[in-house]
Amino acid sequence: MVEMVSRPYASAFEKFAAGKPDILCLSADLTSSCEIDGFRDRHPDQFLSLGMAEQNMLSFAGGLGLAGFRPFIHTFGVFMYRRPYDQLMASIAYPRRKVRLMGFLPGVTTPGGMTHQSIEDISVMRSIPNMTILETGDATEVESICEAADSIDGPVWCRVLRGSVPRLFDTPIKVGEMRVLSEGSDILVVSSGISTEEAMRARSALTNAGLSIRHIHLHTIKPFDHKQLLDHISSVKHGVVTLENHVTEGGVGSLVAETMADAGVGKRLVRLGLKDTYAHGGSRAYLMRYYGLDALALVGGIEDLMGQNFGITEDDLAEARVDDVHSLVKAEAL
Amino acid sequence: MQNERTTEDVALGIRRRVFEHTIRNNGGYLSQACSAAEQLAWLYNEELKLGAPTLPMIPKPFGGVPSPSNPDYHTGAGYNGPAAPEFDRLFIAPAHYALVAYATLIEVGRMAPEGLEMFNKDGSSVEMIGAEHSPGMEVHNGTLGIGLSTGAGLAYGRKLRGEPGRTWVFMSDGEVQEGQTWEAVQAARFHGIDNLCAIMDVNDQQCDGAMDSVMEVGDIRRKFIEFGAACVEIDGHDVGAMRDAVNEPHEGKPLIILARTSPYQTMPILEERFPRLHYVRFKSEDERARFNTSIAADLGVDPVDYAH
Repeated sequence: MVEMVSRPYASAFEKFAAGKPDILCLSADLTSSCEIDGFRDRHPDQFLSLGMAEQNMLSFAGGLGLAGFRPFIHTFGVFMYRRPYDQLMASIAYPRRKVRLMGFLPGVTTPGGMTHQSIEDISVMRSIPNMTILETGDATEVESICEAADSIDGPVWCRVLRGSVPRLFDTPIKVGEMRVLSEGSDILVVSSGISTEEAMRARSALTNAGLSIRHIHLHTIKPFDHKQLLDHISSVKHGVVTLENHVTEGGVGSLVAETMADAGVGKRLVRLGLKDTYAHGGSRAYLMRYYGLDALALVGGIEDLMGQNFGITEDDLAEARVDDVHSLVKAEAL
Repeated sequence: MQNERTTEDVALGIRRRVFEHTIRNNGGYLSQACSAAEQLAWLYNEELKLGAPTLPMIPKPFGGVPSPSNPDYHTGAGYNGPAAPEFDRLFIAPAHYALVAYATLIEVGRMAPEGLEMFNKDGSSVEMIGAEHSPGMEVHNGTLGIGLSTGAGLAYGRKLRGEPGRTWVFMSDGEVQEGQTWEAVQAARFHGIDNLCAIMDVNDQQCDGAMDSVMEVGDIRRKFIEFGAACVEIDGHDVGAMRDAVNEPHEGKPLIILARTSPYQTMPILEERFPRLHYVRFKSEDERARFNTSIAADLGVDPVDYAH
């Protein structure tokens, strides 16, 4: 059973930021929800409450960047780019301010429904010049996201996991690299964020079905090492399946498709994720099943690509992790 | 380099340059020179503590946007001098006032007159909507309403660093229709950002016409005070009133000076164009000639010989 880490961001951010006077912690009324309440209480000189006023917060952060500070903005991802998109562009991205945008509740990790689920943020951020995009998929990546983000000479968009987070990896994020989780020769699986745990759940069943899976996990989505991806694609016989906690347009699936098209790769690609749809409110496991983002969906995608049915059922998949929606490790049920 | 001329004389010089440019180019942001000339003249000639310019008097061509692959990139802030702790900073929040701001730089000896000839020319940094790489600009404010927030962030950061210099924002009254302006004021008050000052050109005009016909904004002085600013309302063509207004106590609060102005100040013929004053483009050669003669007389100069 995988190790579960409680509130990895809370301790990681405090360890990283405390005592660094140029790092400021910005919050927009979601302080405990973004696990920075302890930091607020213990390091008030580095904490700045900007209220439910994200447009001002983003331009304000741009001004702090101009003054040489490196603000870490904390709120739910959706609130950081949908309403204040103009401010994100003009005050942060264009002038390359060193603002670290810590976006919580990526994709369907929240039962909060459409208004709380950032399902198209990667697509948006990929199209913003000067933007770097990082995504966390486990506790170790959450623990290393602050240092990784702060190493960037410019703005950084981070998809951050909170609450109880599984530990899948034992090495920190190295910006620009990708994790190779298995080195098979039939199919390449590309996953990111919470999708990676799902893909790992499917691995033994796929192996038992006789498939050799090459699996890579992306924590750095922009900039992207296209050549390394192409090397992995050329190492597999049949094709590529992408799995992401995001719409398939503009996210990791698109990134892989663009890479393949640019290089003239003639292999098949199956893109799994939210298929041109909003999600609704529900538990993560329910949403991942309903919208086809889980281990079983990956199996279905691979069957589609191979044109075969391997007869894999839920019982064949590694035990699912069950999270209680109402948990002491989360500030609220969102 | 300050106070070699009176601020009133600088304001007249600004209007003359914007007038000449508008007639010669058959259009321009002329009304903004009417309303804002004294404010920008006062800031640059008297109030702002600025160092000597660090960029060439004749602006360099466009040098590319901020990018990791553009290491030589810089903003146009060097026309206001270095960003040293003791100096003030200025943002021009309504970036379409750029023509008036450039004319001000020339009048106070911070840019060569040739700079204005590059206005809105392809490949020039002297852009029509002032970009952050345009002379005198430090941030990109073409989207109205973001200037005060950015100024508040910079001012807060400078306060944390113990810098004595203030952050000034030149604003336009249309910006009070944007919610972000009010978010900025409440945040500045909440965090005691009193090294932030703004002067707002309250000319009651916006792109569609008179503000009251587009969206009524009510008693904005009262609103600014309720949101937490110190706010004084003055005659925006009275330089003496500006000198008094800046002495308004505002400990723990930003100071906002509402400069009530006329969009036709010194150029009464402009009233013919009401309510479309945002950008004056002449509808006929006859109109252009009449405006040329009339405004030249108002400003005490010869009509512009624009045929050559």
